[in-house]
Order: sequence, then C-alpha cells, then structure tokens
Amino acid sequence: MRDKSIRKVLVIGSGPIVIGQAAEFDYAGTQACRSLREEGVEVVLLNSNPATIMTDREIADHVYIEPLCTEVVEKLIERERPDSILPTLGGQAGLNLAVALSESGFLESHSVRLIGTTELTIRKAEDRLLFKETMERIGEPVAPSRIVRSVSEGLLAAEEIGYPVVLRPAYTLGGSGGGIAQEREQCREILENGLRLSRVHEVLVEQSIAGWKEIEYELMRDSAGNAVSICNMENLDPVGVHTGDSIVCAPSQTLSDREYQLLRSSALRIVTELGITGGCNVQFALDPESFRYFVIEVNPRVSRSSALASKATGYPIARVSAKLALGYTLDEIRNEVTGVGYASFEPALDYCVVKMPRLPFDKFRTAEHLLGTQMKATGEVMAIAQCFEAGLMKAIRSLEQHLSGLRSHDYSALDEYELGELLLRVDERRIFVCAEAIRRGMKLERIHELTGIDLWFLGKLRRLTEMEGRLLGEELSGELLLEAKRLGFPDSVIAELCGKSEGEILEMRRKLGILASFQMVDTCAAEFSAKTPYYYSVYGSQDEAGREGREQAGKKKVLILGSGPIRIGQGIEFDYCSVHCSFAFSGEGWETIIVNNNPETVSTDFDISDRLYFEPLCPEDLRNIVELEKPDAAVVQFGGQTAISLTGALREMGVSILGTSPEDVDRAEDRELFDEILEKNGIRRPEGRSVRTMEEAKHAASELGYPVLVRPSYVLGGQGMRIAISDSDLEEYILAIDESAKEHPILIDKYVRGKELEVDAVYDGSEILIPGIMEHIERSGIHSGDSISVYPPRGLRPLARKRLLEATEKLARALCVRGLINIQFIAREDEIYVIEVNPRSSRTVPYLSKVTGIPIVSIAARILCGHSLHEQGYRPGLFPETGYYAVKMPVFSFEKLRGADIALGPEMKSTGECLGIAKDFHEALYKAFRGAGVQLPKHKNMVITVRDEDKEEILPIAGRFAALGYRIFATRGSWKALRKGGIDCHMVRKLEQESPNILDLVLGHELDLIIDTPGDGAGASRDGFEIRRNAVETGVYVLTAIDTARALAEALESRIEELSLVDIASF
Amino acid sequence: MDAYLLLENGAEFHGCFIGPEKELISEIVFNTSMSGYLELVTDPSYTGQAVVLSYPLIGNYGVCREDMESERPLLSALLVRELAELESNWRSEGNLRDFLIRYDIPGISGLDTRAVIKQLREHGTMNGLISGRHYEGEEREALLRRIRDYRVRDAVRRAGRKEISEYPPSGDGGMWTAERPRFRVALFDFGAKQNMIRSLQKRGCHVTLYPPATRAESILRFAPDGILLSNGPGDPAEERELIGEVRRLYESEIPIFAICLGHQLMALAVGAKTYRLKYGHRGGNQPVKDIESGRVYISSQNHGYAVDAKSMNPEIAAELFRNVNDGSNEGFRYLRKRILSVQFHPEACPGPGDSAFLFDRFMDMMEAGHER
Repeated sequence: MRDKSIRKVLVIGSGPIVIGQAAEFDYAGTQACRSLREEGVEVVLLNSNPATIMTDREIADHVYIEPLCTEVVEKLIERERPDSILPTLGGQAGLNLAVALSESGFLESHSVRLIGTTELTIRKAEDRLLFKETMERIGEPVAPSRIVRSVSEGLLAAEEIGYPVVLRPAYTLGGSGGGIAQEREQCREILENGLRLSRVHEVLVEQSIAGWKEIEYELMRDSAGNAVSICNMENLDPVGVHTGDSIVCAPSQTLSDREYQLLRSSALRIVTELGITGGCNVQFALDPESFRYFVIEVNPRVSRSSALASKATGYPIARVSAKLALGYTLDEIRNEVTGVGYASFEPALDYCVVKMPRLPFDKFRTAEHLLGTQMKATGEVMAIAQCFEAGLMKAIRSLEQHLSGLRSHDYSALDEYELGELLLRVDERRIFVCAEAIRRGMKLERIHELTGIDLWFLGKLRRLTEMEGRLLGEELSGELLLEAKRLGFPDSVIAELCGKSEGEILEMRRKLGILASFQMVDTCAAEFSAKTPYYYSVYGSQDEAGREGREQAGKKKVLILGSGPIRIGQGIEFDYCSVHCSFAFSGEGWETIIVNNNPETVSTDFDISDRLYFEPLCPEDLRNIVELEKPDAAVVQFGGQTAISLTGALREMGVSILGTSPEDVDRAEDRELFDEILEKNGIRRPEGRSVRTMEEAKHAASELGYPVLVRPSYVLGGQGMRIAISDSDLEEYILAIDESAKEHPILIDKYVRGKELEVDAVYDGSEILIPGIMEHIERSGIHSGDSISVYPPRGLRPLARKRLLEATEKLARALCVRGLINIQFIAREDEIYVIEVNPRSSRTVPYLSKVTGIPIVSIAARILCGHSLHEQGYRPGLFPETGYYAVKMPVFSFEKLRGADIALGPEMKSTGECLGIAKDFHEALYKAFRGAGVQLPKHKNMVITVRDEDKEEILPIAGRFAALGYRIFATRGSWKALRKGGIDCHMVRKLEQESPNILDLVLGHELDLIIDTPGDGAGASRDGFEIRRNAVETGVYVLTAIDTARALAEALESRIEELSLVDIASF
Repeated sequence: MDAYLLLENGAEFHGCFIGPEKELISEIVFNTSMSGYLELVTDPSYTGQAVVLSYPLIGNYGVCREDMESERPLLSALLVRELAELESNWRSEGNLRDFLIRYDIPGISGLDTRAVIKQLREHGTMNGLISGRHYEGEEREALLRRIRDYRVRDAVRRAGRKEISEYPPSGDGGMWTAERPRFRVALFDFGAKQNMIRSLQKRGCHVTLYPPATRAESILRFAPDGILLSNGPGDPAEERELIGEVRRLYESEIPIFAICLGHQLMALAVGAKTYRLKYGHRGGNQPVKDIESGRVYISSQNHGYAVDAKSMNPEIAAELFRNVNDGSNEGFRYLRKRILSVQFHPEACPGPGDSAFLFDRFMDMMEAGHER
C-alpha cells in the first residue's frame, strides 16, 4: 500500500559521468522521478551533472545542480524540508552520501528517512566485513580473504588461503598495485609494491576464482517480502574481467536449470536477508566444473546491470523500484509494458541479448589495454537477436569503431605461436583473436584452455567463421544468403566475402524476399499481447512491427537517430538532445521513432518515443527500419556525430532530413567552401590549409609558421587533433591519424593564442536566438570539452562581443541553418577568429539550457516543425543574462586507465562534467571544483614542474598558493625560476635521479596537488608522464594547464565559507 | 529434412526435422521457460502433447540424465527455434538431438516459434500435424478434419508408472533412515515428476508409489502418514474413476497434499468444476498469491485446465492461492481436513523452487496427524 506520509522526496543523482558510473543513473533517476511524480510526490533533485535529463525542470519540482557533498545535502534538506530520501537510484555516489548523513544522525534530527532501503541494509551489502558475516550467517559462500598490513602477514595469509591469490591494495585507484600471485615470490613482490601504494598500507589477500563463470541476477523485492528475479546474465569473459568490460549475454546460456535455480534461489535468499526494498544486483562466480559458487558482490541499488536488464527484458526496474519505495508491493504495480498483470512476475525472453563494452583506447593510445577487475569502458552497446551469433554481430557494428564483423581486426599475419600468446592476453580484441585461431583450425578445447571462455561461446564464434568460409568458397545461393543474414552478417561483409557489390546483395535479397522483419520485446515471450512498441530485427520470422496501413491517422512520422554508445567526445549530452527532440515532436503532434543501441540511456526507455527500434546505427540496419516505417522525415542534428554521419545514407534511402541541409553541413566542414563564406561575410579565422599528403602538410606548416594545429576533418571531440611545433612532430602525427579519417582531408591551422569562446544558437531562417556566450578558462590548444567553461563570459570586450554576435548570425544565415548551430571563437583583444562551426547540437546545449532556462532543443525542434522563433514567443538576439555565473568543470577518469597520459591537449579526454552555479563567480568556480571532487587544501604540499614557456606565468600563481599556506616543491628548472622570482620553495630530485626523489614525495601520501605543464609536441615530457600517472593513481590532483592552476588558486582564495543553493527550476 | 507443422486452423509453419522423421497428430502447447528443457521433455504431464519452446536456443547445455523427471520422455514432439550444434556443460552426457532419437521422439527446429505461439495465444490451444510433407487441396481439408477431431486418450494411464515402487529417505534426509523414516507417504502417481519423490525423500520420507490403476482401499489399507496426489496429463473431468478414488481418500482422515492434476481431481471429487484454459499456463514465471498472507510466489506451472473457484462449496474448501496474472485458481485449503492442494508445481524442475516450503507444510500436516 502506498505510504501516504511520503509527500516530498529528495532524489540524489550520481554526479559527473566517470568510468563505472555513466548514463545508466540518468536513465534510472529520470524514470524514478517520473514514477514518483505520477504518485503526486513532490520531488527535489540534486545532481552536479548538468548534461542529465533528470536535472530538467520537467522531471523534478526542484532542481539543484550542486556538488554532491554532505554539506550541500544538509543545507538542501534544511531549505527544502523533504520527508524522505530515495538513495538507491544515484549509483554509489548517491548511496554513500545518504549513508553518511544517516550515520551522522542528521537525517533523524531533521525527521528525514531513507526510503527504499535502510542504512543497515546498505551497510550489510557495502561493508566488506559485515557483508561476509551476513553471508556466512545464511550459508552463502564468499571467497576466503584477509586484510594484511605487512609482507610476512600477507605471505602467511596466501599460504592459508592457497595459491593463486588476488592481491588488492586498499585505497588505490584503477586497481594499481594489485595483481594475481601464482606463488610465493610473486606474492612477495606484489605485496611490497601494493603496501607502499596503499594510503593506509593495507592489502586484501583473496582466493583467486579467475576462470570461473561470472553470472549476475537482477532482483526486485518489496517491503512485504515478495521477491522476483528480473533477469540473469552470463559473462562471456570468465571471472577476472570486470562485468562492465565483459561481453555479456542475457539470459544465461550455458547453465542448466539446476544451476540457474541454484543461483536464483541464493540471490533471493540474499536480498531477503539484506532486507532490500527495490532493485538489487547479485554477482556470482560459478565453478565451471561443479555446483560450487561464491557470491562476488551485491549492489543494494539500481546499477549499470539493472539498466541493461531493464532494456533486455522490457521490465522498468527503476520505475518499479520507486513505487516500491513508496510502499507499494509488487502485485499492486501494473505491468506497463504488456498492460496485462503486475510487476510481480519474471520476464520471459524469447531472444538473446548481447552487450559489448565501448572501451576508450582509441583516445588513450598509451593506456594499457588489458582488462581486469577495474572497469575501463566508458559505455556500452546492446543488441537483441534470435541467436547469439546475430546478437554479437549487431553489437560489434553498433560500437562505431569501424568494425563490421569478426574479420575487422586482421590477425592473419601472425604465426601460431604469436596467436597463442595473444589468446592469453585479456583485452577488448580477444574474441577477434579467438576467431582467427578457429579459422586456423585450432581446437576449441585448446582455445578454451587458454582463454577460459566457455566452449558454447567458442562454438558460436566457430559458426560465424564457418559462415565466412562458406561465403568465400561457395556459390551464393538463396539458402546460404538467408543463413548468413540469420547469423547477423551485414550485406557489406557478405559482399566482400563473395566478391560482389553491396548493391548486388541487396538486389538478390529483394528478389528472394530475404528481408528483415521486426519482433517485439514484450517481457513475456508472446504469452500475452503486449502494448509497447519496442522492436528488434530478425530474418526468417514473421514481422510484428508493420502496420499495413493502420497508421495513426493524420500523424506525420519522424525518425530520430540516437547517439550510440557513450564514449569520450560523445557523451550523455546527445542523449539529452535526442530525448528532448522526441518530446518536442510529440508535442507538435508527430509520431516519433527512435533508433538507438545504448541500453544506459533515457532515449531507449519504453515510453520516450512512440516506437523504439533497438538496432545498430548503421546504414543497412537503418534502411530496414526506413522501408518499414516510411517516415515523413528524419532528424539528425541532435544525435551527435553518429547521427550526422548517417545523413548521406538516409538521403540515399529517400528520407528527407529536417533542419540544416546536408550540403550546408558539408560547407561548414569543407575548408575551401567555408573560407569562401567567411570571406564573403568578412569574418576572420586562423589562417589554415587543407592538405592531403605529407608534402603538402609540411609546405603548409612552413608557410603558416609553427606552432600549427593539425587535425583530420569530420571528427568530433578533437580526435586526432594535435599541436605540432616542428616538421618531425607533424610527420609523427599525420602517420598516427586514424585510418578511418584518412579519406577526408587533413586540416592545418595557424595556432592562435587567445581567449576561447563558444556560443550555441538557434536559427529559424530569418532570426537568431543566442541563449548565451560561454568562455573557456583554458586558452586555445586544450579541447573545448576539457576546458572549464564559464557562462556568461567575463572580460569580453564590448567590441569583440558585438563582432561575435554578428558573426554568429551571419554564419547561421550563410549556412542556411535551421535549428541548432554551435560556434567556437578565439578572441584576441577586439578581434575575433572563428575556429569551428558545427551546425548541430553540441555538448554545451544541456548545460546552457539549464542555466538560462531556455529549452534550446525544444525550440530548435519546433523550428524544424515549421514554427519560427517569433511564433514561439522568443525575441531574437542574445538572451539577457540571468545574473548567475555557471561554471562547467570537466571530469576525468584517468585513475581508471592505467598508462593513459593525463596531459590535456587538443584531443578530448574528459568523460563527464559537473556544474557550479552561483551569483558570485568565485563561488560558482569553487562549487565546480568541489563537484569535480577537488576538496583542498588538505596537507598544503604541492609540486610545481612546468615547461620553460610557463616559467614566467607560473610565478604569480605560485605566489598565490604560497600565500594560501602551501609548501611548494619544484624540480630543478622550475625551482630555479621560482627562487629567482622570489618564491620560497624546495627542490626535489627528478624521477630518474636517486631516491628520495619526486616519486617518493608522491607516494608519501601527503601531497595535495601537482602543477605539471608538459611541453608541446609528441616527444615532450616522457618522465613527467610517469609522475603524473603515479600521482593520479594515489589520488593526487594533477593540473596540466596553467590556466586551470590559476583558476584553482582563485577558487581557494575566495575561501567560500558557506555555499548558497540555487533551484534552477525557479528560473 | 523439411518438416511442417499444420495447425487445425490451417496455419502452417516450416522447419527441419530433428530426430526421427514421423508424421503424427498431437495437441500443441507452448512453454516459456528459458532453461530446463530436459526436465520439460521428461515431464509426464506432456503425455500426448507436442511442446513449442518460446526460448529460441535449446540444447545449449546438453543432456544431464540426472535432471530427467521421469524414466523416458512422453511428449509427442518437441518444437524449437534453434537446436544447439555444440553443447557445453560439465555434467553433460550427450546432446539433445541424440536423446530425442534414442527415445524416438520427433522434433522440429528452425520453426518460427514465436509465430506459432501467437497462433495458440489468439486461437487457444490447438491440435496440429507434424509431417515431412506439405499437404494441399482435398487431402489437406481431410487432414484438417482429422486434426480437429484428435483427442488425447488414456493419458494418465500412459503417464503413470506401471508398478508399485518404494523410495526410502535419501542420504540428505538427515537422521531418517529406510528402517526409521520420518513419515510414510503414499504417492498416487498420475504421471508424477521425479522431483516430487526427491522432495519427499530428502525430508526423510519413505515414499510408496501407487500406479494410477490403484484403488483407494489399497492405499488406505497401509495407513500411510500422508498421501500425495501427483501431477499428470489430460482433462481431469474425464477421469471419472480416479475422481471416485480420490473422493474415498478425501473421506479418510489422512493428510493429503495434491499438486496440479491431483489438485483438480480433489476439487472435482468434492463437487467443484474444472474448465479448459484458453492456452494454459506453462512456464517458470507464473506469479501466485497466497490469499491469506498476501505474499506472491513465482511458480513453475504446466496445466491446460483449471478449477473454477466459484464452483467450490465454501463449506468445503477456501481458496488459498490465486494467479496474479489472470486471477485463476491456484490452490485450496480444505476446511476441517488436513488437505492442501495447489495447481502449480512446488517441486519445480524446471523453474523456481520458491514454493518448496509447501512440502514442509505437508510435513507439518503429517506431524499434526501423529499428535492426534
């Protein structure tokens, strides 16, 4: 029964997107907020992440984009007086905050209670010892482990537990210092290093269960004790690879019913003992040779896995969790998907779901590719199919890494020995290596021995390689073609293998009627007739999505392309835009059709669009949908680069594109065409050239003069962008440019130093609305996504502002923009230079919408529907400033990616962002740093090591830190410069010099921050790299840009005593 | 080899034979379990029925003979989307294809199982023809009439075991031994699943299994501590003799636990009515609600008929469980009797064992019987 005493609920989000905590919490939080408001509950939302949908004023009654820290939550509770907190929907961050406040007694003294799950439940699941005790009490096995504080203690523990053992140092990030020890000597080595790296000098010694099957269950339990299992999942990669980095399928494939029920029953006992109310995830390791199992982990909250389970089954876990927190029981909550029955049932799947991780190694080439217990993926894709093979093939092409199948990574040049070695390497390409080994005739049993991957999965890879062989060797019959399509082969791969063209394959398929049909995800395996139009494609089965003329009368249909997996450079912002686009078109009376493959997102929720297709965002897959739906138009400007790059394909299918025409998008990308526009409109840009060969590049650079900015055209997130200071630099970069980008020209620009500015604007064909101008704290040369961005700009000269606004309008007009346009400028004194124009949504749109109160995406979408700004009631020009400063701070996940260089540059590296908003600029800045997890000062020790060009500029900054009471250490060159400038500091030896050196300082665990500006160019600062890595892994804050350092000093100087809170829903 | 499934409404589906290539007419039902195909194939309640599995990948973990729910499969055919080429599990002793061949059970793979299930869902359970031939014209019309007329006969007699057999408490039955069992339970076998016997054995019971042709007196003569009425195939209302025997058991004072067909026969024995469900409940995800406690349990189910709760005399039994999805009856508590009956399968296999506690309740009923 609904607990009527719950009237006002505080929901805490998960903060910035980082590896391990991504868009899934926006999905869960948004669904939960909507579910609560349906029940008449007043929702107060707190999340520091402005790119989320949950922080929209349409989603909650009061929205606070503030740092996630106890003092903020306390103030918020005092101000808003909620009666309850729902802590289980905001990931670990939200959960930890709620527990901290509960433990301190604050909640009790303010008559606020945790709903959904109690503090004791959370502690039982999260506290290692308490969890172990709880499991032992109910007879659920956990792997034997011990915490040790010395090498001898550790060796003893390892003997007792038995080798191999896993060693995990406490409080190190990214799993650094940990490892698996097979024997004593190895164990000693890892222990010595691990104890040193651990801030508390503790290492956990645990029995290794690497190689066991990893199985997960998603469960729901209500306050009356009813519990159900929503979905189980099996990892293709055995225990040892984080489930977030594993290929995962649902439901489990290699478990007999006895094993399935054994673990299901165990999971239910665990949620019952823990007293969970809501969603819960239990992870198991199952011995592949017996019924033995261990409980690995329990998450007493919604998680990434529950987002996956929701999308895989159609069961809305977060929505139901929120209702359960209000006191409803499972049998009182309707099944919204089928409209039949209640939430107290277990979904039955009649398809196979495959999830693949999206790893960021394309952005971090130096990072270690090995996968282990520390998650490294930034996002994931999901595919639904009738068989595992087709699921895997769909997932591979959904990754948008230029992969079309198992042959996309070519290992044919390797010899048998090398192949065997590679099979032992656990990285993201392992299945491709397995496929090559199978092609060479290696026995599946042998591959299983080397990789631990279950024979069943290897058998599926074999079926795919056998099909490759048949397509290569046999005449393409209709039967063979149908079989290949059933296994998920795209036409492009079939064509390549058969030596035909893609067009010929398509023609043959049309002639033979081998066409995709769509089936419904209905939660019940067709047992009941479902209402929710959520589809996936299959071959050789009846279609369920076609409407044979039973269209909604008078409604036009719009196809909205999503943005695929979350990766660096294309984050949650674009999902935000896609969702709002769908809402806006719905509001205009259109029928909306979303295509996307990212299970973590709001856009793939069952009630965001009229029809949802869970499919790869590739031309062939889109064509299937287009031919069935025959949409009146498509919208691509909201789905990031993914959607934009499909524009041509859609046009070939005869779909009209709403908004800026593809030709005009091309004009913005094409150097010469764009230069023409600029010239005609009298707008300046840094001088540059478009080149195709190395010789042309060198020639251009010498004409322009170094330093120059080099980048391939047609990229987002600055991928492949570099500053080159010499010919040899230039050479190295051009050789390293991504293969895929080479079909487009390379751009070489004069590098202009100045204030970087950015605008997002909406243009209806005659008038322009500019919601705001943003200023980047870091000067040009650092990717805009990695810069601290300030709205409104400070110190922009009136003349420059005027020129900027004029240029924006002229560009929008010249490019015939309809909808959104994003422009980046450099301002140098009164002059402005255009550096980039993107006639589409950008990553700043959500943040700017929130701080200005202008629903930018909705306005743009309505323009696409034919309503001018004037009709919509907006006056043209720059929207008046709101009186608030908003500082967007990039957030990085460097500690999770061993070997990744953290130095900032023109290529984007941040995974997420947070916002600081206040009337006072310094407070906003301070809040932004706090939101990003920077809480200083602590020990008041810092290191300065800067390149020669910065030695002048660092002086005043160092002086400010000294005045703040900081003890400054510096490497020789910087020390000299600082001393000369009259700054008191201590010299510290470089890394390669004898101990004690800078590394000892870092590992002394008493350092607050390092300011390390590496020189430009590829060869610069290779040993600085080592220091930065060690610092990041031990939790030291590292700054690699001088402007960021200045901003930090400024924020600390302001000595904000008390934070103000801003309800953006009241704007 | 091509195989065809022709439903009585004329809908036809194509696939390939797995196992023996036979032509036969059968009732066609579907099951939505995602695991447990071997338990399902060997469940005697499917006697005379061909089963369509909604989960598309079947045979993944091979055949583990200890998971069999009876000595041999009794279903008439198995219809699947895809049969695994390579099975993998540490207990597997072979693949499902060989298993079906060994017991001469035909199967079809490559079938558009979802489309078949939607036919059954919309039109209700139907009969169908499994054949290597595609029929047309007159021949087809004649066949369709034959298909429609087909009825499962003698299912219970075929499903039940032929002789009385004894099952002592199992090793994990704790302190209870063959000489000194906790309780002596008579199992009236209408096609009992093996796990009913195992569930009793591991609770320390000695089980004596009586074939379906047994008279009630023969069971009562041995004065068992309790009687379990098993699951089984077919239309319960047609089993007039059995209903009579169950009535006599009802009249005794012996505690009775009745499952599935047993539950229906007991209801019929006291005058209630049964009816045919449109397409049955078959799967491992059926929610049932304990009306007294309000608790919901996920249950394993396999039945095409149900008891009409309204037809039950409220003086005789109170409804104990109800299906959350469609509100149909799932169990009774008999008043002034130590009789408990459920429509679902607390012995699971396949499916969730959430309601296994009902066997403990049966133990308590027998305990109370002793105390009297």
